[in-house]
Amino acid sequence: MPNWIKACDADDVENEDLIRFDHEDRTFAIYRSPDDEYYCTAGLCTHEEVHLSDGLVMDHVIECPMHNGQFDYRTGEPKRSPACIKLKTYPVKVENKTVFIDIGDQA
Amino acid sequence: MTATAAEKRDYSLTGPNSGPGFTPSEWYSTRIPRKRLKELMKRSDRPSLINYSIWFGSVLFFGTLLALTWGTVWTIPVAVIYGVFYGSGADSRWHECGHGTVFKTAWLNNFFYQLASFMSLRNPYLWRWSHTRHHTDTVIVGRDPEIAFPRPPSIGAWLLNLLYIPALSKELLKMVRLNFGLLSDEQKDYLIAADRNKAFWASRCQLAILFSVVGLSVYLQSFLPVMLVGLPTFYGSWLHHLMATTQHAGLAEDVPDHRMNSRTVYLNPFFRFIYSNMNYHVEHHMYPMVPFHALPALHEEIKNDCPPAYPSLLAAYREMIPAVVKQQRNPNFYIRRHLPATAEPTPDYQRPVLQAAE
Repeated sequence: MPNWIKACDADDVENEDLIRFDHEDRTFAIYRSPDDEYYCTAGLCTHEEVHLSDGLVMDHVIECPMHNGQFDYRTGEPKRSPACIKLKTYPVKVENKTVFIDIGDQA
Repeated sequence: MTATAAEKRDYSLTGPNSGPGFTPSEWYSTRIPRKRLKELMKRSDRPSLINYSIWFGSVLFFGTLLALTWGTVWTIPVAVIYGVFYGSGADSRWHECGHGTVFKTAWLNNFFYQLASFMSLRNPYLWRWSHTRHHTDTVIVGRDPEIAFPRPPSIGAWLLNLLYIPALSKELLKMVRLNFGLLSDEQKDYLIAADRNKAFWASRCQLAILFSVVGLSVYLQSFLPVMLVGLPTFYGSWLHHLMATTQHAGLAEDVPDHRMNSRTVYLNPFFRFIYSNMNYHVEHHMYPMVPFHALPALHEEIKNDCPPAYPSLLAAYREMIPAVVKQQRNPNFYIRRHLPATAEPTPDYQRPVLQAAE
């Protein structure tokens, strides 16, 4: 069942960058791609639980700041070791310059 | 009096000190505005292609010169220069490419990673994961598989490593064991299951190349082929070894603060070229996403938050040598780096396993 929550203003995220968004006890990463699309993934790297918000966005890839593991943030697929486990992704919509994410059921 | 067995710490990854390390958020990092950090992290092929073309071009040039001067009075000086570009140059480059930060283009990183790993006689998969752990748990006893100077450090092994003898014998032994699909318990601790077969096949390929070169030497009845491929790792890695010793030797263990367990040393441009700027070692550990060519700029950003950099290789050795000698008697001794007045204080880091006296 959808559970849309407001994450940030669209302008809070620079082009080809990401920000961290915490909600209750969960942490997310909100991305803005070079083609101005928005995406959302879990906020911690699946390798060693480092916040991805300190990482580097290159095209559609997020690189973890600690070990340089890479994910495609559109799908969560790991692209470079030590990232091996898929990153959870969440649906995103932008309405009236506000970014909403669907965090689904609490899990 | 030398250190007794009871005073020696257990550095193994499967021994009594092998508990959990610090969490990533416990490690200290100097604050840098996001915009500036993004500039520093930015990947570009251009500066790296220039650097790697000069490096590999020099390997090819001096290798050709070695073949042309083989058997003349020029053989030894040319071999010394060739060895430095081959052995020392490759040893810093497998490391950089392993981080994936050198080139923007992924296949270039991978190509040079495999090439430089072979030239350093290192297994590319085993070392990738070992080095990943080194960055997670830098100089954390029982966690970091790359502590080069366990206390008390062996001065004899350090001297022999100028010819890469203990380190390389270990690497060759690893290569043979991996060739047969054998992993030690420590290697199983950090090499993930999905990469184990890749590690085995990489060793088989590396061994096949080495055997081919030895076979060519036997066939030609000349040492030239092995002087060009294989042996340069022994006779040419000394310069890298001299520089890499400064990374962590004699400094604190078990501290989640790279300002305390790593050194930044100013070097001349040629040494920095061979060493891929790894003399900026505090910077590299604090921000491993910053490519080698941006490390001097990163140093400028964070230097007011760090202990002063050592002015030269000699200055670093002047501090390290007495410390290593003291550690022969007192393995608890370490060099405590002092932060400048402009720095943020170091976090509270003492773990129960440490209890080390200054």
